[in-house]
This record gives sequence, C-alpha cells and structure tokens, in this order.
Amino acid sequence: MAKVLVVTSGKGGVGKTTSTAALGAALAQQGEKVVVVDFDVGLRNLDLIMGAERRVVFDLINVAQGVAKLSQALIRDKRLENLWLLPASQTRDKDALTDEGIRDIIAELRTRFDWVICDSPAGIERGATLAMRYADEAVIVTNPEVSSVRDADRIIGMLDSKTVKAEQGEQMKKHVLITRYDTSRASRGEMLNIDDILEILAVPLLGIIPESQDVLKASNVGSPVTLNDATSMPARAYMDAARRLSGETVTMVVPTEQRKGFMDRLFGRRAA
Amino acid sequence: MSMNLLRLLRRRTGSAPVARERLQILLAHERGLRSQPDLLGILREEILAVVSRHVVLDPEKVVVRMDRGESVSTLEVDIEVPNGFDKKMAIAS
Repeated sequence: MAKVLVVTSGKGGVGKTTSTAALGAALAQQGEKVVVVDFDVGLRNLDLIMGAERRVVFDLINVAQGVAKLSQALIRDKRLENLWLLPASQTRDKDALTDEGIRDIIAELRTRFDWVICDSPAGIERGATLAMRYADEAVIVTNPEVSSVRDADRIIGMLDSKTVKAEQGEQMKKHVLITRYDTSRASRGEMLNIDDILEILAVPLLGIIPESQDVLKASNVGSPVTLNDATSMPARAYMDAARRLSGETVTMVVPTEQRKGFMDRLFGRRAA
Repeated sequence: MSMNLLRLLRRRTGSAPVARERLQILLAHERGLRSQPDLLGILREEILAVVSRHVVLDPEKVVVRMDRGESVSTLEVDIEVPNGFDKKMAIAS
C-alpha cells in the first residue's frame, strides 16, 4: 500500500524542502521506492536540493494538463535507483494546478511507488492546500521559535479540516519534525525545548534535527543530507525519522553537539 | 549596577519560558476562533432576523462588534432603527 506524505509548515524557510529530500532519500536508502513531488509552483527548489536542476524537462503542471506523460516528467536520482523526483513548474500561473489534476497524478503515483512525498509551498494558499489535499500522513516541520510554532498550529488545523481524509471523517496521521534545534541553547532556556513544542502542538514527535553546517554543505552540492554524509548528525536524525515513518520504534536521541576542544577551536576554521 | 544585576538574572532564566507562555495564550485564542467560524457573522444574521420580525430594518445598519479583553470580552450590537419605528409599532398592535 502506497503512502502519501505531505511535508508542510505554514512558515517558510523552516526546512520543508531539505526535509523532503532527506526523508525521501533516507526511505529510498532503506529500500523503499520513493517519489518526491515539488508543489511549490513558481518557486521550485526541490530539484536544486536533489541536484537534478539540469535534468528537468517536464513538470507537475505539464502532467496535470496532459502535455506530458507522468513517465516523461519523472526524474530518476543518479545515486539511488529507487528514488525519483517530480519537479514543480516555474510558471507564475498558480491556477494551472487544479484539484482534479492533482487527484489524478497522486492516484497514478500511488500505483507506482511505496512513498509519495509532497513538498508543500509555504503559506496557507492554494498550493499548500493542494499539497496536503490527498495525503494520508503529514510531517509538520517547525523550528523552536514562536512564529514557526504558531504557523505549525494553523497548518495542523487545516490538515484536520481541509484534506480529503478529514472530510471523510478519518484522522490524518500527523508528526512533528523539529529542525534547527540547538540543544545547548534550549538547555540554557534560550530556545523553546522539545517538551514545550510538543505540549503546545499536541502532535507526536517524528525527529529532532540539530542545527548543523552539514545541511548547508549538502544543499551547496545538491545532495540530500542523508546521502551527502550519512554519518553526520542531521543525516542520522533524518535516517531515524524515516525508520519511524516506516513504523519502526527507534529511540529518540536528542542531538548533542560534540564539545569542541581548545585545539579544534583554534584550527577548526582552517580545517573546515 | 542594579541594571547589570537584572540582566545577569534574566540571562540565567532565558527567554524561552516567555516564548512558551505567549504561544500558549495566543494559540488558545486562535484555536477558539477556528472552531467557531465567523461567530460574529452568525450572530449578526440571527439578530437581524429576530429584530426584523418586529421592525423594518436596513441590513446594512446592523453592526456586531466583539472586543476581547484580558479577563472580560464585550459584544457590541449597534442597530440603527428608522424614524418611522413608533408608527409601525402602533399599527402592528
């Protein structure tokens, strides 16, 4: 049974695209057949994060409008043979996406993949509602910061009212993914901690992704974090999160920064 | 001197508890609004329906306003009644 997952947040810049790429790659690395779908029409970026920006020929809207077949628009990852990308269009016409068009594409993707991961645009407009419309489960990405948590709460309300699942009276399964988490700052009371966020949002935790330079490094070279350096802290956190999505029970590790010694501090800048 | 001390104390507690409290208050309020979609709109329609049974009203002249205070909220209903009101009441009775 294919699962359709939407990665959403409300607020922009919290790590939806990074998380879509990392979770998609992690699930593929674990043997699942995965497609990541970019719903950010007009401002596509998942192709860039996946390192496939020069291979885009057709896109989501071309398929929705019948200009191209799904198989023509799907881009196979060069590193993982069971990972695929369906890019967004760069057209400015957001109305080019229709509810029926998306419904049909999602239905077809369900027959071909184990996981369909929809990267939602920021905001609460049409693009965001269409990205979540046909999902079975949702990952709500949030930073430990007030505006991000507030927007996450708003999105949770929409997931529970504007999706097909909700309209059919079913419960949409939801997970919170906390990104850019800084354990030491949270422990000093300078940043909302995990318990604060979970208590406020009342949605179970999928994973804690630490604030890390490895995320930028991976995006610089166009590789999902989990593929770029599988041993890095964010990669391990995403790998664990992906296992939890598959139903495994994985102990939650609060990422702690390796304390840098004096010599590291002295030479760290040169080495990195 | 005292300012420096205050700053030191504040640094020790951190600003996260403030963030948490602000969010809890705000979200409790916003969730309430979400579950009652357009409460004011509904109130306005129903008040208009009840009053129009007895008085001829211009629907545009019915204003329902809500003001949320910290402990008490007020609901303000402002209905402008045309001047022929008394005559109509007399005919009706």
